[in-house]
Amino acid sequence: MALLELRDVRARYGAITALHGVSLAVDGGQVVALLGANGAGKTTTLRAVSGLVRRYGEIRFDGRSLLRAGPEGAARLGIAHVPEGRGIFDELSVWDNLRMGAYASISRREVKRESERVLGYFPWMRDRLRQQAGTLSGGEQQMLALARAMVARPRLLMLDEPSLGLAPLVVQELFRIVALLNKEEGLTVLVVEQNAELALAASHYTYVLEVGHVAVEGTSDELRAHEGVRKSYLGY
Amino acid sequence: MLAFAFAEFVQQIVSGLATGSIFASLALALVLIYRSTNVVNFAQGEMAMFTTYIAWALMDRGLSYWPAFLLTLAIAFTGGAAIERTIIRPFEQKSALAIVIVTIGLLIALNGAAGWIWGAEVKAFDSPFPNTTWDVGGVAISSQDVGTFCVCLATVALLWAFFNLTPLGLAMRASAINPTTSRLVGVRVGWMLALGWGLAAVLGAIAGMMAAPTVFLDPNMMLVILIYAFAAAVLGGIDSPIGAVVGGLSLGVLLNLIGRYVDFIGPELRLPTALLVLLGVLMIRPQGLFGHAVVRRV
Repeated sequence: MALLELRDVRARYGAITALHGVSLAVDGGQVVALLGANGAGKTTTLRAVSGLVRRYGEIRFDGRSLLRAGPEGAARLGIAHVPEGRGIFDELSVWDNLRMGAYASISRREVKRESERVLGYFPWMRDRLRQQAGTLSGGEQQMLALARAMVARPRLLMLDEPSLGLAPLVVQELFRIVALLNKEEGLTVLVVEQNAELALAASHYTYVLEVGHVAVEGTSDELRAHEGVRKSYLGY
Repeated sequence: MLAFAFAEFVQQIVSGLATGSIFASLALALVLIYRSTNVVNFAQGEMAMFTTYIAWALMDRGLSYWPAFLLTLAIAFTGGAAIERTIIRPFEQKSALAIVIVTIGLLIALNGAAGWIWGAEVKAFDSPFPNTTWDVGGVAISSQDVGTFCVCLATVALLWAFFNLTPLGLAMRASAINPTTSRLVGVRVGWMLALGWGLAAVLGAIAGMMAAPTVFLDPNMMLVILIYAFAAAVLGGIDSPIGAVVGGLSLGVLLNLIGRYVDFIGPELRLPTALLVLLGVLMIRPQGLFGHAVVRRV
């Protein structure tokens, strides 16, 4: 059974419908990419899962319906959502950002242990724990957002456009760490990306959204090999 | 002669610190709500006045000072949180202006309610501190001033510890900085806002109860003090808790010294002087002494 399952999910912002019935499944232990043009509904799909937007249809996480959970509940169930634009607490220290990541799901005693575990993936962060997070570089802030999400030991990590505005080398490093987390901790990842080439290379399975519904899906290898799909949907 | 002048100078500073600590408490309450709700709570003074009346009513029914004091703080906290949950919450997603109008409405309602319940005539309010003065090297220091200063500063210190040393305090700061991400890590941001209003009401209640023995109890007692608190908060930087405290204390001392040593400024010109300070700060350093334009690299 899929860890996360969306069936015919619809969502709207006021009068504008952003999702017209999205169905997708994320299996445990997989990295799944969500591709599509601007306005296709990628971000809204993640926001629908966390409950940041009013949504209809069926969303199940580990068999349980998420529709009544809301963002606070989703966090408690083990869903970590790194929103686009990083979502760090820029006036707090790096260390306090990590502590906030553990707010819902972890006891105070475990925070130290889990932070140690996470810092293993981001060694540079160790010397910067007292620094104000807003003064980190863009890439470092994105890493911090990822680290913060990982402190809670989530069962599902949702990343919204992690590569946005970052230098190619930084993006490479970021996806290397995501792959490592997936391999070593069996972390399930749902990642939204504009950069199709990058996302296909980093994921097992891919959904392509087009104006609020799934247009194409398949294993990432298949989609990469399929020239028609690449040309018409992914633009490379 | 010189020694006498110096002693009086110190005395003016000490009593300035006492009134300043009242401004500081109320200014801190304003900052607390400004940081979490992003609006200036115009009803802050009337909330303080109303809770001071509650303290008076409790004592009128025979409670002694400190039990009444603590009970009032509990009532203030509950009331502040309840106001946020019921009156402010429906407007949280609306414009800041809508909330400002609501707080002005609250100001008028509380003012009217206090007059209606307790009458408009001025009442005396007991002080918990004995009416004695100490002579410290020629400087006469009243226990009233020292007590007021200590109570206000102890409150500020407790709040500081709460915000900086407890997980709940951290979550409240995080909610003010980034509400969306706070919700995504599991913080119930709505309750954090209510908690902020509750704490602000407690600060107001303390300011009111400390001010009441000298300004006396009447429905308009906090109007002027609120303006001083505004000036203090702006002087310190409206988003800076430390700024509110430093701003409040400096304004208290400044007004006292000006009132004593600048001949043409009598009691009538104290308030305009405070407003002049406000104007000057807004023109020269809009972010205040400690407020900051957020440092951010993108």
